[in-house]
Amino acid sequence: MPYADSEPSGGRTPVPVAIKILVAGGFGVGKTTLVSSVSEVRPLRTEEEMTEPGSLVDQLDGVERKTTTTVAMDFGRISISEDLVVYLFGTPGQKRFWFMWDELAYGALGAVVMADTRRLADCFPSIDYFERNGMPFVVAVNCFDEARRYPSETMRSALNLTDDVPLLLCDARQRSSSRDVLVALVEHAVARLSNGQHVTPAR
Amino acid sequence: MTRVNSNRAGWLAPDDHERVVRPYALTAGRTRPAGRSIDLVALVSAIRSRAGSELGIDDFSGLGPEHISLLRFCRLRASVADLAAELDLPLGVIRILLADLRERGLVSISQPVASGHTDVRILKEVADALRRL
Repeated sequence: MPYADSEPSGGRTPVPVAIKILVAGGFGVGKTTLVSSVSEVRPLRTEEEMTEPGSLVDQLDGVERKTTTTVAMDFGRISISEDLVVYLFGTPGQKRFWFMWDELAYGALGAVVMADTRRLADCFPSIDYFERNGMPFVVAVNCFDEARRYPSETMRSALNLTDDVPLLLCDARQRSSSRDVLVALVEHAVARLSNGQHVTPAR
Repeated sequence: MTRVNSNRAGWLAPDDHERVVRPYALTAGRTRPAGRSIDLVALVSAIRSRAGSELGIDDFSGLGPEHISLLRFCRLRASVADLAAELDLPLGVIRILLADLRERGLVSISQPVASGHTDVRILKEVADALRRL
């Protein structure tokens, strides 16, 4: 997205553009691997309110009054030019961090939902979220060596994907494979734009 | 397997939350930044001169070391996310410190325009660049 100056600037040109892409999916599905194979990755910390489900997981003995927790997400950056940068955010996989997503989703170009055929249901909430949000997304099935392969149609049907949502097989460890996933997402966003379908998520 | 049965039970709608943020030492207990909200990928630039003259020591009085570090890192334009990762501080803290600097006229913050990613020309440029990765 291009930027609007909040203060008068010295007529700086051209307008810098940031493309924000989310990488979502269940815990351990390979989000960090994908982000780090295409960019330098750094942890980004955020303080978040602890939810009820979270409080059952996090050990709270002795710190019962603690109401926030530190959440780390993966943050990657691909500088295309000085004025065009792609930011990748690997969103926390656990369901208890869902409340962070609205901020992450705001102004995002789209999302990569990563799936593991051994735990396909883990990516359902992500797919539901982006469908509800109207945000373009692609599904990238991370082909773990030990995981069974299924035909695309079988997976599409298991995921209940509509025909327009791209589904790709990928190996997140491979830079070229992760890159192809990102390209597919951008192309999908362009295709949706051409159909006038793009919806900017509301804050 | 159908997604209709996916586990929505543990999924909390954002509206159900009332934000409770613990007081931060670095922000003197403040939990919200002053002024306009600051996006995750907003760009921050340090302002180094005013009315034609370099900023002096008075312009920086009362600032903490984290404020100064932020100014150093955004001497060249940097995104909020980059600054948080660079200083290894939570985003909420970074936002509050940046708002302080903005109030004092030490940084300018360019907010992204949400409708910007609807430019097909830019997106094609992005796709081409990614293919070359």
